[in-house]
Amino acid sequence: MPDQEEIRRKLGLSDSEYELIKEHLRREPNVTELNMYSVMWSEHCSYKHSRSSLELFPTSGPRVVQGPGENAGVVDIGDGFAAVFKIESHNHPSAIEPYQGAATGVGGILRDIFTMGARPVAFLNSLRFGELNSAACRYLFDGVVAGIGGYGNCVGVPTVAGEIYFEPCYERNPLVNAMCVGVMPLERLVLGKAGGKGNLVVLAGSKTGRDGIGGVTFASEELSSDSEKDRPAVQVGDPFLGKLLIEATLEAVENGLVTGVQDLGGAGLTCALTETASRAGSGIEVELDRVPLREAEMPAAEILVSESQERMLFIVEPEKLEPLQEVFKHWELDLAVLGRVTEGREVVVRQGGEIVAAVPAESIAGGAPCYYPQSREPAYYKELAAFEPLTLPPPKDYNRVLLELLGSFDLASKEWVWRRYDHMVRTSTVQGPGGDAAVIRVRETGRALAMSVDGNGRYCYLDPYRGGMLAVCEATRNLSCCGAEPVGITDCLNFGNPEKPEVFWQFEEAVKGMAAACEALNVPVVGGNVSFYNEVDKEAIYPTPVVGAVGLLECPEQQGKVAFKDEGDLVLLLGGNELSLGGSQLLKSACGKVAGRPAAVDLELEKRVQDLSRRLVREKLVESAHDLSEGGLAVALAECCLQGNLGAVVDLPVSDRREDLVLFGEGPSRIVVSVKPEKLAETAALAKAGGVDLFELGTAGGGILKINSSSKPLISLTLDEMKQAFEGVFKWIME
Amino acid sequence: MKWGVVVFPASNCDLDAYHLLRDVLGEKVEYIRHDAATLAGCDLLILPGGFTYGDYLRPGAIAARSPVMGAVVDFAAGGGPVLGICNGFQVLTEAGLLPGALYRNSHLQFRCLETYVRIESSSIPFTGAAETGKVLKMPVAHGDGNYYLPEEKRLELEENGQIIFRYCDFEGNIVREANPNGSVDSIAGVCNRAGNVLGMMPHPERAGEKILGSEDGLVIFNSLLEFYGNREVRGGA
Repeated sequence: MPDQEEIRRKLGLSDSEYELIKEHLRREPNVTELNMYSVMWSEHCSYKHSRSSLELFPTSGPRVVQGPGENAGVVDIGDGFAAVFKIESHNHPSAIEPYQGAATGVGGILRDIFTMGARPVAFLNSLRFGELNSAACRYLFDGVVAGIGGYGNCVGVPTVAGEIYFEPCYERNPLVNAMCVGVMPLERLVLGKAGGKGNLVVLAGSKTGRDGIGGVTFASEELSSDSEKDRPAVQVGDPFLGKLLIEATLEAVENGLVTGVQDLGGAGLTCALTETASRAGSGIEVELDRVPLREAEMPAAEILVSESQERMLFIVEPEKLEPLQEVFKHWELDLAVLGRVTEGREVVVRQGGEIVAAVPAESIAGGAPCYYPQSREPAYYKELAAFEPLTLPPPKDYNRVLLELLGSFDLASKEWVWRRYDHMVRTSTVQGPGGDAAVIRVRETGRALAMSVDGNGRYCYLDPYRGGMLAVCEATRNLSCCGAEPVGITDCLNFGNPEKPEVFWQFEEAVKGMAAACEALNVPVVGGNVSFYNEVDKEAIYPTPVVGAVGLLECPEQQGKVAFKDEGDLVLLLGGNELSLGGSQLLKSACGKVAGRPAAVDLELEKRVQDLSRRLVREKLVESAHDLSEGGLAVALAECCLQGNLGAVVDLPVSDRREDLVLFGEGPSRIVVSVKPEKLAETAALAKAGGVDLFELGTAGGGILKINSSSKPLISLTLDEMKQAFEGVFKWIME
Repeated sequence: MKWGVVVFPASNCDLDAYHLLRDVLGEKVEYIRHDAATLAGCDLLILPGGFTYGDYLRPGAIAARSPVMGAVVDFAAGGGPVLGICNGFQVLTEAGLLPGALYRNSHLQFRCLETYVRIESSSIPFTGAAETGKVLKMPVAHGDGNYYLPEEKRLELEENGQIIFRYCDFEGNIVREANPNGSVDSIAGVCNRAGNVLGMMPHPERAGEKILGSEDGLVIFNSLLEFYGNREVRGGA
């Protein structure tokens, strides 16, 4: 029999945390209770290292119905409807078992959405892997893509957008961030609250088994060479059950059969019981003998922390139990009454007639200590920031450089990935993958939602403050290029071990940058997830905050697209002049270097550019709009050409800057648009009134992209040449 | 006239077919549950796409044994029109209402993309409003659309005019690159001998509105309306 101390070490509880538990309980905890505290006080559930920083985010606004703290954020989208969305990481499980890790990541975020009463309408994802010349990375990449498709396709929710980047730092710690967006009538909103003394506590869905035991604790530790042994901590998904659970839950919510709903994800039953009770300020008594089990004789602690997928907890008025049972019988799903809501504030758990745990709900759900970790600027920071990419000689052959960038795994077409996802089911996808943002129509109101996920680990590594800002700017700019007004963001903050001062510094700086951008752009953060401990054998990933943004269009027809449209349309560059090759794709692809500083952000300008872009797109003054990101102007122009199957002839704005900087330099607040010649004057007038610089670059047309500088040809490539580079690299390396 | 959309556990294109019929075409349409004993007086049936029973065992295998399938079989035997789309096609082959089988895609991956199919026969009620040889743009989204049947059976189908759609390029040429799943002879859709049961992998219900990229799928619904619209349809239950 191991002693208490050994047990709590194994569970990842520190001495001071143990003391705090004793204080809460006014006695020694038993082993079951220790297990409950350990999962709920894990970083994953308690945000104990991040809470203090996250307070910087603006979380309110006229459209915000529900900010952070619930299963997902809720934003008013007009006509009595709401958009519900959230992003979450499933990095550690995916590192060990890529298919199931990614699949259950999708299943988990899906449950967060319909738990609120919303119909899930779209998935997005943000992925990071090591370089694909490694067989291990190809295995992870292929498995994750298959897992996302395996779950998402089956449940009938389209996967409409995403981003994928490849850096050596993610080799053994890939990032798998899944986002889900739902839509619902506002009045249908249900929260995860266990209110009303005497109401029934009901567990529905899958049976409870031994999968995902201690998953959240596993997610709150660094990975190491022998993390393979943690495979049992990875959950196994059943998308078929997931789909039935969506339908049954939404039917129950629509018919007003439940007063509170909470899904069982991280920390399983423990989390669901203590969070619902704590939110309502009530208590709960349950009998574990009533939990449907996959195998007999699971100890109380295992039942309480199991992360078996596809389970929901409902709070039900006794007279509604029968109709609820009818609904679940129809969908052929298990339903078990575990106990009742009580007046006290304790969660009391019985097994075999004995009390096996009795804990104050709040102490477990919200009582974790809040840490203020030390923060220290890392040694690499100043050194890399001091590097000036323009001290390197410029590339000789710009044609070759552009083709190399278009064919790099980071920038190449991701069609190989998204054609494995059903991105059309529900017939509401009016702009699918491949554009700046995806657009989903909301049939109930006639409006549409645009959505995008963005993050750039290289920028954040080199300058987390600017990197954080840039992520928010890019995600919202993508919406504005589609004509959509950003209404809220959800963030997934992927970092290393926060107990290391250098990692915590990155975290703090990135959050500050993100918060500043959100404030300036008037976009609230309505939910998100922190994923720390993304380290393998002490090597941390790049700090990688990922921003999922959702925007609103008055109607689907309003949307803008990337593709150049007609011969003779004028090509214009709008916005900023701040450019850098620091952390750029050019520096990485051509020199294998990650150094320098990303461009500074003028948030006022960013706002003006986005406002202008929305106006131009919505009023149909422009034929196309595309945001400039990795690879700069040249890559953006190539993408407009490739999507429109139309060339262009452009002249770079006259400047004394180096040509490689102007062609491939990266900077915020910049958009390429195309306009009919007769609309130029009006467009220019609006740009001027909006305080945004406008450069006439040239004309769309023909089958070649020609980029000249003062009439000197720099780039001249046919559509076919670019297409060959842009398409097919994934098929080539993966098949 | 009333359309019925059969909903099995984890059908997921039921909603899309329903939306097209009701909102785009203004038709009367009703969902029919997998455990229903009768077809609620529907005149035309759609077995929609999805992942019935999670594709466990084989796609469509478990759904084909649902209680409602008895009524569907009777309805088809009585000449009632049944359209199986994607997973619905798989259910129809598993139920023995259509010949052949749908294997895993030859490249073993799920595929969601726009495809072109050529109408190989317009002499059945599902394609009557179009000319044979017409090219339709419709998306596919499946992991098991690799249609197979032995050579002598395929010849029989060909002879009977039961091959209704083949994958082609946008000009109507049957080329290997246009086939998204490796199906034998580029077959995308087949019907039964009587011509009243059609199974197809492409999704016509996803190609019914301009904003979705194509309206070509309407040909199938319009053909059915034209054929059955003016007369009483004989059905089962």
